[in-house]
Amino acid sequence: MSNKYIGQAVTRLDAHDKAMGRIKYTDDMCDKSALVIRVLHSTVANGIVKSIDTSEAEKIPGVVRIFTCFDLKEKHYYPTAGHPWSTDPHHQDIADRLIMTDHPLFYGDDIGAVVAEDEVAASQALRILEKSVVYEELPFVLDAQEAMEEGAPLLHEKFPNNVLAHTEIHMGSVEEAIKEPGLIKCEGWYETQPVQHCHIENFICYAYGEGDRTVVVTSTQIPHIVRRVIGQATGMDWGKFRVIKPYVGGGFGNKQDVLYEPLCAWISIQLGGRLVKLDVPREETFICNRIRHAIKYHITSWMRPDGSFAARTFKAWCNNGAYSSHGHAIAAKGLNAFPQLYPCDNIDGETWTVYTNRSVAGAMRGYGMPQASYAFEVHAEDCARAVGMDPLEFRRKNLMPVGYYHAFSKNELYSDTFNQCFDKGAEIIGYYEKAKKYANQTGDIRRGIAASTFWYNTAVYPIALETSSCRIVMNQDGSVQFQLGETEIGQGADTVAAQMIADTVGIPLSMVHPISCQDTDVTPFGTGVYASRGTYTLGFSVRQTALLLKEKILEAAHQFTRMPVYNLDLVDGKIIRTTDGRELMTIGELALSKLYTTEGSQHLTAESTYQIKSNAYSFGVCFAEVEVDIPMCRVRVLNIVNVHDCGQVINPLLAAGQVHGGQSMGIGYALSEKLLWDEKTGRPLNNNLLDYKMSSFMDHPRLVADFVENYEPTSAYGTKGLGEPPTCPVAPAIRNAIGQATGVYINELPLSPHTLFREFTDAGLINDSFAEE
Amino acid sequence: MAKQYKVVHCTVNGKEIEQVVDVRSSLTDMLRNDLHLTSVKKGCEVGECGACTVIINGEGFNSCIYLAVWAEGKEIWTLEGLTGPGGELSDIQQAFVDEGAIQCGFCTPGFIMTSWEIVNSGKEYTDDELRKALSGHLCRCTGYENIFRAVKKTMLRHLGKFEEAELVNSQGITEYPEPMPFK
Repeated sequence: MSNKYIGQAVTRLDAHDKAMGRIKYTDDMCDKSALVIRVLHSTVANGIVKSIDTSEAEKIPGVVRIFTCFDLKEKHYYPTAGHPWSTDPHHQDIADRLIMTDHPLFYGDDIGAVVAEDEVAASQALRILEKSVVYEELPFVLDAQEAMEEGAPLLHEKFPNNVLAHTEIHMGSVEEAIKEPGLIKCEGWYETQPVQHCHIENFICYAYGEGDRTVVVTSTQIPHIVRRVIGQATGMDWGKFRVIKPYVGGGFGNKQDVLYEPLCAWISIQLGGRLVKLDVPREETFICNRIRHAIKYHITSWMRPDGSFAARTFKAWCNNGAYSSHGHAIAAKGLNAFPQLYPCDNIDGETWTVYTNRSVAGAMRGYGMPQASYAFEVHAEDCARAVGMDPLEFRRKNLMPVGYYHAFSKNELYSDTFNQCFDKGAEIIGYYEKAKKYANQTGDIRRGIAASTFWYNTAVYPIALETSSCRIVMNQDGSVQFQLGETEIGQGADTVAAQMIADTVGIPLSMVHPISCQDTDVTPFGTGVYASRGTYTLGFSVRQTALLLKEKILEAAHQFTRMPVYNLDLVDGKIIRTTDGRELMTIGELALSKLYTTEGSQHLTAESTYQIKSNAYSFGVCFAEVEVDIPMCRVRVLNIVNVHDCGQVINPLLAAGQVHGGQSMGIGYALSEKLLWDEKTGRPLNNNLLDYKMSSFMDHPRLVADFVENYEPTSAYGTKGLGEPPTCPVAPAIRNAIGQATGVYINELPLSPHTLFREFTDAGLINDSFAEE
Repeated sequence: MAKQYKVVHCTVNGKEIEQVVDVRSSLTDMLRNDLHLTSVKKGCEVGECGACTVIINGEGFNSCIYLAVWAEGKEIWTLEGLTGPGGELSDIQQAFVDEGAIQCGFCTPGFIMTSWEIVNSGKEYTDDELRKALSGHLCRCTGYENIFRAVKKTMLRHLGKFEEAELVNSQGITEYPEPMPFK
């Protein structure tokens, strides 16, 4: 196999159709005759629904049916996380969700649904219905640590003190290690905020009956998982559902959860299979889908004067919201990363995942690591300052060394990734010159520069199943279609898979066509895309399947050329005799002949599954240069540079796009985004795109993405994860840069004017009468 | 409230149309549901995200907060109208493809419509002006980087500045400008 397409910046295969506006997303495919579903959400943060009077709402013209939580006769509790299922009950996700509940646990919980002929009727009925709900209100708790206190409202009976899970790690002895004389202690609390994914296509699905089954078309990352969960939620056989995934307008982990597909399918079934559509408004996407976990950390490090770590402790409290969703996996990832990123012989770590009466937290780009990276890298910066070292040198000294092997995951750091990324990034942004230049500034407007790194890996092995399946079907002209369990959601999975297939089979890329719309009836089984796994995991099944197809092609070539298979190859769409390089026939001639031959006619196809039993570290760095207007409490990112080692870059154009998107999400996370709830009522306060401040076009500097390419030895094509890592190091780099500029090192997010005003005032940088009030 | 209907006469993508609409309908609804122009996307339906942007009498509008009945007598363009009769892409569409400015593609139609207005304005926008002009659109995939490049390059080409267009930084790191100070 020679790399003709792998490594090339080919444009997305779907870009042309997207630029024409003819790509079909879920809503574009739905027939306009669909009945409209609007969900009735709880307006209390914790309570019992005593009654819902549907009589007035039913009088609205166009209302077809109203369902309430009391109509749910069979209660099938189900898990929602987009994890592979486990047949071992101990490894299954917590089943704590109902399609509708009479005991809402957060403001926005699902307690009923209106079905109407159009959106206006549905909305009118919903407004009337909301007023007819009688609740017995119960006390609620929004903060994770408060939820663990004695006497706090209990959300789920099986989980005392609202602790969904608590895990610990212990290495060596912190108690003994800190007796060493001359140690320098650095300690801090670090707090991250809840944010939302904000994909521009809201979650949407529709359902209809077909034979004795129900078809659900949905904007999801995980169609095969959705089918399983609809079965679990309705108590019906999983095969009774067919799930179709059209093009998806962004997912970022929110669509790695089963959202409203079970409710939509259930309603269609109640209505005899009528076509029903559930299009979630933006305001509900913010609070009734999933959000990023807010996590609070406490980290202490004891260092020797040379900057090496003697002992470290780590504690984290993870606010999971009202239902388990991905549960403890997100907090656990941070705990797992802590001793790996900066190895130390003596470590105590523990983390709690806690239920609270807030919107449900689930997967979101980075899966707990933007939070943990903030804590780790803010703390690392402060440790470096405590021992008087340059922050970059401090990191180089203490970060995971080359050859580091992690026994549980079998991950190994094969290359000098951290140093290579720091070197490249520092050169691009001019780190050393600027760091010197910006030291000891005075005045109202100051600049700062800093760096940050993170820990990440590629896939979910060995914690959960990793399996990937691929099917390739050849046409009469030698072109192929392929299908994968890894979904295209905008990241470019179809394009990179096509590049791999073209190179491995040996045909031009123009002859390789993805079947992007997935259908659980025909798409080979796969668990979807998440965990930055797509390019890595699909690579295994793509390569295996492409080789199977190639074997069949060369056997057919033997039939028509009389040459032995070992003297044949397929290169760029031509059957070549390798002994003299002669072109014997084209793939088109071969495919046509093989289909229509009267001796041994065969449809050339291949399909296979590969179970992946490896994982791969995927690291990188971020450098940020900021300008801080102290009196205005404003931060502007002047320059941002991310350098990543994702192994072999399959497509530099798409890879850079992934980095840009991660940087962008990181900028919003650092400076402006935060979901708010009213402390008195538990009501969300800014669940819309006006009051919730995503970073806009004007908040972005030029984004620079670069790579060091160390071929990943465990990988089918040398590649490894890139989807999530770019988000992780951005916020700490910006925070550290603000610190360098102002001397004020802030331990919470976002670094919005509100936060900066308080911190700058406390630090004495601002002291006007307004601040003293 | 009883439904009320009205006939709207307007030009959409160069074609004169007569459409009966519910007076409460948004232009987005009319374009998507009645005229099947599904490039017009719904991301928020309150004018926050820009995904539904169409050109009305030469100016970009959020069609989700523009009543269908206001379209009476107007000339409207959607993304479908930019593609030539033989399926050929306009230069701004092609630039979005070539520069990697498209990922999930959901914000793309709205972005291209505003960009089309910019590149056809005959005006040379500064970088800051370009960012401001495009800031009514939200995108969560691209960080706006490649979109910026696609629009700037196409704008310069429209102004006959072909060499300058080629100098707009590609995904390389060789030219790294000194950032502008606070305004």
